[in-house]
Amino acid sequence: MGKRTIQNPIGKKDSRFVEMVKSQQFIAAAAMIVLYFVFWIAAPTFRGVNVITQILNSSYYLAFLGIGVTFVIATGGIDLSLGTVMGCAALLGGRLYSVNGLPMIVALLVTVLIAVVFSAINGYLIAFIRLPAFVATLGTQMMASGFGQIISNLEKTNWPARASEPGGAFKNAFQITISGEGKNVNIPTGLILLLIIVVIMSVILTKTKLGRYILSLGSNYEATRLSGINVRKYQFYAYIINGVFVGLAAIAYAAIYTSITAGFGAGQETNAIAGAVIGGTSLAGGIASIWGSLFGVVMMSVLKAGLPKIGLQSQWQLFLTGIIILVAVIIDVRRNKASN
Amino acid sequence: MTELLEMKNVNKAFSGVQALSDVQFHLRHGEVHAFMGENGAGKSTLMKILTGVYQRDTGEVLLEGKAVEYANTAEAMADGVIIVHQELNMMGDLTVYENIFIGRESMNGFLINDRDNVKRARELFEVIGVSIDPYAKVDSLTVGQQQMVEIAKAVSHDAKIVVFDEPTSALTQAEINELFTIIDDLKSKGIGIIYITHRMDEVFQISDRITVLRDGEYVGTVNTADTDKDELISMMVGRELTEEVKLASQVADDAEVVLEVENLSAGRMVKDVSFKLRKGEILGVSGLMGAGRTEMARLIYGAEQPESGTIKLHGEEVKIKSTEEAVAMGIGYLSEDRRRYGVLVEKNVAENTVLPSIEKYISKGLINDRSANKDALEYNKVVRTKMTGIEQVVRTLSGGNQQKVVLAKWLLRDSEILIFDEPTRGIDVGAKAEIYEIMQELADEGKSIIMISSEMQEILRMSDRIVVMCEGNVTATLPIEGATQEEILSYAMMRKEV
Ligand SMILES: Nc1ncnc2c1ncn2[C@@H]1O[C@H](COP(=O)(O)OP(=O)(O)OP(=O)(O)O)[C@@H](O)[C@H]1O
Ligand SMILES: [Mg+2]
Repeated sequence: MGKRTIQNPIGKKDSRFVEMVKSQQFIAAAAMIVLYFVFWIAAPTFRGVNVITQILNSSYYLAFLGIGVTFVIATGGIDLSLGTVMGCAALLGGRLYSVNGLPMIVALLVTVLIAVVFSAINGYLIAFIRLPAFVATLGTQMMASGFGQIISNLEKTNWPARASEPGGAFKNAFQITISGEGKNVNIPTGLILLLIIVVIMSVILTKTKLGRYILSLGSNYEATRLSGINVRKYQFYAYIINGVFVGLAAIAYAAIYTSITAGFGAGQETNAIAGAVIGGTSLAGGIASIWGSLFGVVMMSVLKAGLPKIGLQSQWQLFLTGIIILVAVIIDVRRNKASN
Repeated sequence: MTELLEMKNVNKAFSGVQALSDVQFHLRHGEVHAFMGENGAGKSTLMKILTGVYQRDTGEVLLEGKAVEYANTAEAMADGVIIVHQELNMMGDLTVYENIFIGRESMNGFLINDRDNVKRARELFEVIGVSIDPYAKVDSLTVGQQQMVEIAKAVSHDAKIVVFDEPTSALTQAEINELFTIIDDLKSKGIGIIYITHRMDEVFQISDRITVLRDGEYVGTVNTADTDKDELISMMVGRELTEEVKLASQVADDAEVVLEVENLSAGRMVKDVSFKLRKGEILGVSGLMGAGRTEMARLIYGAEQPESGTIKLHGEEVKIKSTEEAVAMGIGYLSEDRRRYGVLVEKNVAENTVLPSIEKYISKGLINDRSANKDALEYNKVVRTKMTGIEQVVRTLSGGNQQKVVLAKWLLRDSEILIFDEPTRGIDVGAKAEIYEIMQELADEGKSIIMISSEMQEILRMSDRIVVMCEGNVTATLPIEGATQEEILSYAMMRKEV
């Protein structure tokens, strides 16, 4: 008796629509669009198709980094090494092709493999040796940075400049350039690839055992372990997923920008992490959104493309990125506080 | 003389759900006022409003005749209104003394005078008569010890009102007695005590008056001397409940032994533990806090590794190297500390409930949320979780209802052997009776249950046999027939000479 019946059993306070509008990933998408139109209004030179291409181009590798690191952050971890690991992988893969003359497919596989190896080291140290993620990935960050310098001799490394060159076909996955009558038309195939990957990874994060366990252990490690789940294994997997995406990011960068300078990659982790946090992934772990991370990193790309057009150079971009990261982290912290 | 506290017509809603409607509460100087009601009735919410954790929607709160409304707990504390929370929230990585004096440390100029803080902590513990190392990290303490630290913290304030929200659910009998001495002491100083509990015996032991809440509504206030248990129960639940004890074991002596533990040892907490669990049996494990019962359970569940000893399932020796293996072998474990080890507070009821059972709902690699949610709802209905729906975030459930979610989770997992560590901690009388029924049904279906409990009535009511532990040793294995509280207690305090 009493009034202990369950009203509105599967229902919730808000309708799905209201809930979606209130979600952080929606806010990130809105912020991305607003930012785009702010630049569009402020700078006439921002309005062309080439700017969109530019935004997309820098979004591919950032989005891969963002998607990968979202899995790591979902476990309550962090990866400070992903920027230098991406650089190191791109340098090594590029040299295998251009200096050692290995087939492109080998170069691409090694690029991904080297990133996975570094991530596996991270994952092992964090999941099995139980080092704090911050410390472990700071170590591998330096290792990767040093390793990149050793193999590249501090020289620039070149990947094929055109898709038509031998070994250049992989570039078509990101961009197909059709030239005619003195004008080049770029078809952003990478956008399709990216959207497909986002959909797949989003499903993996929210609809599979792997994703659910990663989120659970990020939310409460011990309670998840005591629910009979092999938490170490799934924590390790999160780092491996991250590694695959760091490798893909290296390939995406190589496909678009061709030449890799020594030291490339350092600092990119901040963009990826900031993108994820802006998109609603909580640094405390347990809450994550792949779509959010996508919108977050694209927002960073819009910023990167837009600032020079209103006369602010890269030092401004750095400065503003810092502010955006702080704002995103404040939102994240407040969200956690509200829930305490 | 004006009343110490008057709360009138207090209303509070959480995102559209009315948690309190027109509730009143009165407290006199030097009174112990028990506050009762079912899980989710709104007790904690009203007290959080009093102490500035939440703000009321409407209503009036008068402290010594003066209208007050606190924006945060610091303001309430400054007025001498202090709460010891149901769900402890302490800084686990800090030491005991740091937790007690945070925000009001003794200072030496700019530096914290640690020596003095430690000294003050020691004095406090002396006053309340417990021995806890001020330098210990809070995370290293048991729930009971943490509770004592919280109480010490409350006592250290110059209090007018102290609210205890289910303080004894994690305390041993000895600690409870200590607490009652402290409460008597506070009372004699004219301090008003509000005491939330689900335990009847305590209410009659220490309270002067009792206020009952049901479904967020005020039911009434009675003098403890003028009422009895039955009246209170019907005020709370709106119906009569009967209390029983188990008179005889319901399991045959020659029933199959599903689990056999032999000479299990690990560290100082578990020493040479042996016992058998039969099919369909509820094996009560009694003992004082720190007897090693939880540690023993964690060894069986693979959460920790034993140093020596064997575990046999259906007569075959097994090595359980992880919780994953334990669950796969059909063992489930419900932890005594739901906050730390039981629930994912930021996840919703459905996700919590299906967590160990997700495999069941996977088809073609994807989780079938629809059927998972359906089962989550069904099992939470069985244990009668009071919630707005299975998508309610667990953090926003009342303490007892969080416990029910954990129960639902293990019911759904359908393990063959269930280890319930303090299964009814923080659960109201009505729901408790229902949970007992469910446990008995499970046993009747052939499931075997190890029930660790510090509540004597629970042990005597549910067990088919009783294992008593003291300081890591099994000191007795008793049949339920003829078992008495005194006998169990004497074994629970029987130290083995080494
Ligand atoms: N922050 C919150 N957001 C949403 N609902 C809440 C929140 N806090 C409490 N509630 C709801 O208010 C109701 C009253 O909860 P409260 O914690 O006061 O119960 P209680 O009487 O203390 O129960 P118990 O004996 O189980 O501790 C419950 O239905 C609970 O789900
Ligand atoms: Mg409560």
